[in-house]
Amino acid sequence: MDRRRRHTDSFSEDEDDDRGRKRRRIATDDVDIEDRLESLITRVGEKSTSSLESNLEGLASVLETDIPNYKHQIMKILCQCVVKLPEKLTVYTTLVGLLNAKNYNCGGEFVEMLMRNLKEALKAGEFENARMMVRFLADLVNCHVLVATSLLQMFDSFVEVTLEDNIPQVRSDIYIYLVLSALPWVGRELFEKKEMELNNMLITIDNYLSKRQKIHLPALRVWTTDGPHLQEEYLDCLWAQIKNLRSNKWMEKQIVRPYLAFDSVLCDALQHTLPQIIPPSHNKSVLYPLPRVVFRLFDYTDVPQGSVLPGSHAIERYLIEEQLDRIIHTNHVERKDCAMALLGYPAKNKIPLNYMIVEVMFGQLFSLPRAPYLDLFYGSTFIELCKLQPTTMPEVLAQASEMLFDRIDSMHSICVERFVQWFAYHLSNFQYKWSWDDWEECVNMDANAPKSKFVREVLLQCLRFSYHQRVVESVPESFAPLLPAEPKAHYRYEQEGAGSLTGTMHAHKLISSIRSKCTPEEAAISMKELPNVYPNGQENENPSFNPLKIDVFFSTLLHLGSKSISHSFAALAKFHPNLKSLAEFDDGKVCLLKVLYEVWKTNQQMMVVLVDKLLRTEVVDCSSVANWLFSFEMQHDFTSFYVWEIMHSTIKKMSRHVDQLQQEVDNAHDKQEAAKRKEQDGLDVLDDDVPTDEAIERMEERLESATSAQKNLFLVIFQRFIIVLTEHLARCESAGVDYNTPWYKWVIERLQQVFLMHHELVFRYINTLEQLLFTSDVDIHILEVFQQFCALRS
Amino acid sequence: MSKRKLPKGSISLSQYRDQHFRGNRSEQEKCLLESTTLYVGNLSFYTSEGQIHELFSRAGDVKRIIMGLDKVQKTPCGFCFVEYYLRADAESAMRYINGTRLDDRIIRTDWDAGFKEGRQYGRGKTGGQVRDEYRTDFDDARGGYGKMLANKIRRSSDLSSSLASS
Repeated sequence: MDRRRRHTDSFSEDEDDDRGRKRRRIATDDVDIEDRLESLITRVGEKSTSSLESNLEGLASVLETDIPNYKHQIMKILCQCVVKLPEKLTVYTTLVGLLNAKNYNCGGEFVEMLMRNLKEALKAGEFENARMMVRFLADLVNCHVLVATSLLQMFDSFVEVTLEDNIPQVRSDIYIYLVLSALPWVGRELFEKKEMELNNMLITIDNYLSKRQKIHLPALRVWTTDGPHLQEEYLDCLWAQIKNLRSNKWMEKQIVRPYLAFDSVLCDALQHTLPQIIPPSHNKSVLYPLPRVVFRLFDYTDVPQGSVLPGSHAIERYLIEEQLDRIIHTNHVERKDCAMALLGYPAKNKIPLNYMIVEVMFGQLFSLPRAPYLDLFYGSTFIELCKLQPTTMPEVLAQASEMLFDRIDSMHSICVERFVQWFAYHLSNFQYKWSWDDWEECVNMDANAPKSKFVREVLLQCLRFSYHQRVVESVPESFAPLLPAEPKAHYRYEQEGAGSLTGTMHAHKLISSIRSKCTPEEAAISMKELPNVYPNGQENENPSFNPLKIDVFFSTLLHLGSKSISHSFAALAKFHPNLKSLAEFDDGKVCLLKVLYEVWKTNQQMMVVLVDKLLRTEVVDCSSVANWLFSFEMQHDFTSFYVWEIMHSTIKKMSRHVDQLQQEVDNAHDKQEAAKRKEQDGLDVLDDDVPTDEAIERMEERLESATSAQKNLFLVIFQRFIIVLTEHLARCESAGVDYNTPWYKWVIERLQQVFLMHHELVFRYINTLEQLLFTSDVDIHILEVFQQFCALRS
Repeated sequence: MSKRKLPKGSISLSQYRDQHFRGNRSEQEKCLLESTTLYVGNLSFYTSEGQIHELFSRAGDVKRIIMGLDKVQKTPCGFCFVEYYLRADAESAMRYINGTRLDDRIIRTDWDAGFKEGRQYGRGKTGGQVRDEYRTDFDDARGGYGKMLANKIRRSSDLSSSLASS
């Protein structure tokens, strides 16, 4: 068996070698029987030269002889397969069925162990694992391991959760989902054996689903409109698919059922009854999965003749999508394996596999609040897919890109942003070749129109990956109005007419002092005489900062470091004390950021990188960045993507900082408690390792101030959002024009993005937000966004 | 269960070990296993720090980039070091960037034990990277032919032109 299996390795050659070597060693040394069992069990059902049935039969006999000595280990490995290898679920249910037929006790013990695991998973909130276990148990009915009635009893107890009072909807949702997602496997059997009970259960489910609130739906939709494809909530969609399955007498065409071949053996086996299971009661600490909206890009008319894409309410669509999702989940850390496994999906002859892969991958990339994996994973895996199927995959991907572009007007801004990021990245790997002419329509559009914005932002991203000349040469000449400006530093004190500016003399002096390696102190002294005015000469009445000093000093520094990121970093590092003192207070910090914009407005990457540096070196702080981005001077760029790139990276840095401090406090507490326990046990405690009470107190103070800074940051951002949006709505109303402009769409969806991208954090402050900001006198259009967000967890 | 699992697949250590590392093999391996720094190779001489930053920051926040320079001319010579703040982000770069394109070239990433002053310079005799001395192909983005071959070509053309003029 072992020898045969060695030849069945599928993946890349070098890996093949590696694995082969390792297994040979284990087999010859025969050191670790557990490892051998695990490798035997986990590999069954992979591609093999002999039939699955004979492999299963062989494995069942091997395990039967090992059971007396290794029963517990075998059961444990099987239970791991349930959650780790759900794509081979029916293979393992068959195996369990065969073992049960040979050894009744062994089947019973397996069921018991799996039930224990299920209870634990439900208690711990591991619902995805629980779902796989429930489905496995359901399929065990097909393998004559379990009695149908007892499975129905378990289902009923899950469905009863919908009757509980004062629970969030996400709780009852997930229990319904556990049941519905198992029905494609066991529906037919229940229909044949217990039709009435099954129907009663379905009626209860139907009642529940028809009464659910769906306020959260708009927040999770990739597209705002339902054309050409309905944007359905995941439970509604699955319910429609299950109803279709029922009207087909519970017959589906997708699930491979190896146990059918063993019917004669299995039907003689004795069946077990499931022990009763009561869902653990609700408590506030359990995090239920957030609702989702099903992503749809293609239908059967988009696919070339020869293969048929299952309709959106066909159960096969759900089953294939789920399997592809699982393949991605299992392989997401190895992009090459992932691409290979996706293309190796077993049912590939019957379905337009490339289309389904592309749809599932984009579905994940665009999923809200966040994609399950790094954006870069999807980009690099698409490249691998194109490499493996060079004649077909690029074409499907191009078709998908065309369709996404066509539908971009109703696409959520967050998704447009991800689309831009991916598209530019993809182009950068394929020599920037694209049929740009087809998109020429956007040249004459409003700069905020989604299509025009998309192309502009893609070209900006391409500029970051390559260089200006390259971008200019990649697009048709007619695209000139969409092209980004050539990135360069703008230094006012060396431009024409600089002679008349108040700061020019000082700026030139500063340049030569810095070039002759002056100290930070010397540089500060040379700035001393500058009056407290704005660069245009206007007086500044605020004594907390000197705008001219900041402008002269910082713009000169940026100018001198403009050659590269590293040069800029070096300049910032050397004159860090000067920057700190120039921007000691909030107004100074915002002023400094405005100077950065003046110098680098044509180089967005430089702005992003330098704001990050200024934050990390604490020259500016998070709320000053937020205030700057919302300031009058930035209004012109307010819908530009880089502004939001900076905003979100700022929020992320803030939250990382809080997490870090929290961890320090937790660690200190742990250490102290461990020391106390040791002391009580009469053991010696080394002093220097244990933090003192004062030290912990200091840490807690730091944490507290960071947390309040974080809360303050969110308050600043949301308040500024409310102000700009309210102004817009009022302006439109008084002018009697439609408020729903492209600008409005970008901005209100950016508000939504702040909620969604940082949803765990924002939920912490939700009460404060409700009391202070999102009150009933806020315009309903703005308030709606907040309410949709709250509904995500209710 | 206590034995430490070595990283597998894309994030495992390659065969290459820097011969100039100060310390023994196991110290070197320990550094590599905890490192947040990557060596990036097969860059075009013309690829800028900004371009590298753009690609690598897709895997996570980049702390700094050190461009590899020709020891003599102090110009980029086709490699760099990318340092991340977090190990996990460096791992993502190994998983998703190694073997993809930057500036139309397939670039290679490998773990590095951490940047030390002096390592930014090429170690070839003529100042660039060693591989650019012996290459026999013509690579426009890396200075044309390998240095040795280029010298040979130059010598023979000098010879033929001097013959022609005499």
